[in-house]
Amino acid sequence: MKSEPVIMNDSAPAAARSRRVFRFFGEIGLTLSIVLIFAVGVLLLAGAPPFSAFYHLFKGSLGSGSKLGHVLNTWVPLTLCACGLLYTFRIGLWNIGVEGQVMVGAVFTTLILRTGMGQPFPNAFIGLALLAGGIGGGIWALATGYLKTRGGVNEIFAGLGMNFVAQGLILWLIFGPWKRPGVASMSGTELFPRELWLPTAGFLRLSPVGFTLTLFAVAVTAVLLRYARIGLNLRAIGGNPRAAYLFGLQPGRYMLLAMIFAGGFAGLAGGLQVSGIYHRLIPAISSNYGYLALLVVMLANYNVWAVPAVAFFFACLNVGSIQLPMVLQVDSSLAGVIQGTLVLAVLAVHGWRARSRKAGSS
Amino acid sequence: MRVQLENIHKHYGNIRANDGIGLTVEPGTIHGILGENGAGKSTLMKILSGFTPRTDGRILLDGVPAEYRSPAEAAARGIGMLYQDPLDFPQLTVLDNFRLGGPTPKTRGARRRLLTLNRDLDFALPPGAQTGGLTVGERQQLEILRLMDMGVGVLILDEPTTGISATQKATLFAALRRMADTGKSVILVSHKLEDVEALCDRVTVLRRGRVSGEAEKPFRPDRLMEMMFGTPPDPPERRRIRPGDPLLTLDRVHAAGGRTGLVDCSVTIREGEVVGLAGLEGSGQGVFLRLAAGLTIPRQGMIRFRNVPLNGTAYPFLKSEGVHFLPGSRLEEGLIPEMDIAEHMALASDKEGFWVHWADGRQTAVSRIERYKIKGGPHSPAGSLSGGNQQRLLLSFLSPNPSLLLLENPTRGLDVASAHWVWQHLQSACPAGAGIIFSSAELDEILMIADRVLVFFEGAVIKDVQSEATDLRELGLAIAGKA
Repeated sequence: MKSEPVIMNDSAPAAARSRRVFRFFGEIGLTLSIVLIFAVGVLLLAGAPPFSAFYHLFKGSLGSGSKLGHVLNTWVPLTLCACGLLYTFRIGLWNIGVEGQVMVGAVFTTLILRTGMGQPFPNAFIGLALLAGGIGGGIWALATGYLKTRGGVNEIFAGLGMNFVAQGLILWLIFGPWKRPGVASMSGTELFPRELWLPTAGFLRLSPVGFTLTLFAVAVTAVLLRYARIGLNLRAIGGNPRAAYLFGLQPGRYMLLAMIFAGGFAGLAGGLQVSGIYHRLIPAISSNYGYLALLVVMLANYNVWAVPAVAFFFACLNVGSIQLPMVLQVDSSLAGVIQGTLVLAVLAVHGWRARSRKAGSS
Repeated sequence: MRVQLENIHKHYGNIRANDGIGLTVEPGTIHGILGENGAGKSTLMKILSGFTPRTDGRILLDGVPAEYRSPAEAAARGIGMLYQDPLDFPQLTVLDNFRLGGPTPKTRGARRRLLTLNRDLDFALPPGAQTGGLTVGERQQLEILRLMDMGVGVLILDEPTTGISATQKATLFAALRRMADTGKSVILVSHKLEDVEALCDRVTVLRRGRVSGEAEKPFRPDRLMEMMFGTPPDPPERRRIRPGDPLLTLDRVHAAGGRTGLVDCSVTIREGEVVGLAGLEGSGQGVFLRLAAGLTIPRQGMIRFRNVPLNGTAYPFLKSEGVHFLPGSRLEEGLIPEMDIAEHMALASDKEGFWVHWADGRQTAVSRIERYKIKGGPHSPAGSLSGGNQQRLLLSFLSPNPSLLLLENPTRGLDVASAHWVWQHLQSACPAGAGIIFSSAELDEILMIADRVLVFFEGAVIKDVQSEATDLRELGLAIAGKA
């Protein structure tokens, strides 16, 4: 008699879960078809054969080992940023500032690596540099968080402002204190000596350290958000800050904590860009991965397990589209068109989901 | 217009809010829909007014089946509804609100229409006044005028006497009677017997989504009570406790918030006391409770809890001292709509540690669901529960050994039997020295439960009296400002 309602109640979420999964894939399918139809239309208008465009998109991303390596090297910062954003989205913050957090992480990493030039124990400096990257991103995010909780500035505007400041900081460093001997250039600071490069493995030219750190970040995020109090508390505050306060939580403190997590992961991504990919600080060190990560998280429906897959898909698109202008003589802006469509399709599906959920509940 | 509802069903998942309701409203009559909160009255009226689609059933207007999908389409067929919360634009003038959505767009014509309707119904709305500055009752009058101007043949009123003064109620009832006399159908939704008795020609009583009975004027209150509740439950036993040491002291406190704020309030609440806060909704009771809970800061004056002065936001300290605040707006302040019951239990759990004790949360959820008779499972999101069940969920968070309970409309949305059960449960904390301060819109409830009554009017406590020393009539007058 007593176990009956438990069984009933346990089967209900199972059904709900399968419905959610079905819905999730339905939404992805819908988004991709919108993008596909639009991309085909644009390609036809541009006079390029759509099929071969998609073929080259595929070949350009997964066609060879080095290309796959390139994709994975894009996947790493994208996934790291997306993991961090999961914390801020949980608590209902739009951390647009993730871009700047990547940049400041890169700056901190560069700072440590510069002091490490010519010193013994280069590996220790690499480790320290990555740690500094995470801390730098965290500090930058914390500043945005304080602007929000203490200054009453909307986190979107605060983050956007901090992005500009970060970009300015990088340009100033490259053309000022950290300029190359001789002449300052947009191509960035002086290359680090090889012993300060993050080691890469095999033909993929992928850094095992970065890859492992990213997988670790996904696992930690998944566990924290699901099983730790912080995950529950973030979600409670995101769902209703006033009620959460009555439950004894301090929304302001948790907002700062979520920002630190997001900034930390983003800063680590920036550090890996510096130490593993470019081996110097360049103006476009963030490669817009922060903004792209916002879309990854939305397309992944804020689900930590879907983030790596979606990030991989985005990375393929990013890398594969480099091919298009070369082989098909399509203007290089086509890649931007496809990504722009993706952005809009994601947002449209997002709105459609919110609306249908509202209709379903009333 | 003659309105016939046939076999109306409305299901939300497994819950049947309306389960085959049929009723007929004759033209020129005032028809009451009576029932406890949660009986299905509001759902039925939302279906009739086109606000909510029905699961099954037919609506006939003057014998013709009618299909409409929105309140606008319903209005085009002559069905107008007056909602509990006024649907107007506070920033606009009375005249502008009157013109909006009405058939008279020209200012001068609209002004004349407004004044004519004003006179017909014996209202006194100044066309140039800003709507936000009006009382709830006046805004209701404005809404009625607007609906009349649109030419509705059926007027539905959802709990229209909540939050308005006795004079306004008399004016409203006279106006409704006049409208019925001109051949319009008026449907009055209420859970208050006295409203229905005073106004209606015929009444349909709903209970748990079904029609439990119908009656014609003159009504027999005991029969109506029986239709509403089944066998009337016994009121909970009053346990009198001698008040102990001062628990909460307010000294000349002024505070902002709500409609009126709180004005020059000096009150001492003692251990074991049960204090009822009476007054029209938003007359300062909410501000009082939030000040006592340390959620807002007084502008002036001193608040002490057990001789500890409270300054700033003292809520976390008070919470650790066993002070519990139960907010009246459940989904806005009390619960996290998308989180389920088990998650709420895990959140409310006082277990320390890094990990969430999910098994504990689920177990607590199962036992509280059973104990508090919540209709839902551990994995039902709080937002999907009905109002009454949300209230039970909120009540289930109150700790067993509180020092002071601050309850805003604690039994709103509960039927009488559950309300009694809740009160028995809450009052069991009093012998151990706990104080209870609660607000309620029902004077009966306050007189039945409280040892002492504070009456709020326009932000001030205008009456502070032992409940034995007063009665319904005196409190009713005090609420209207005649202390």
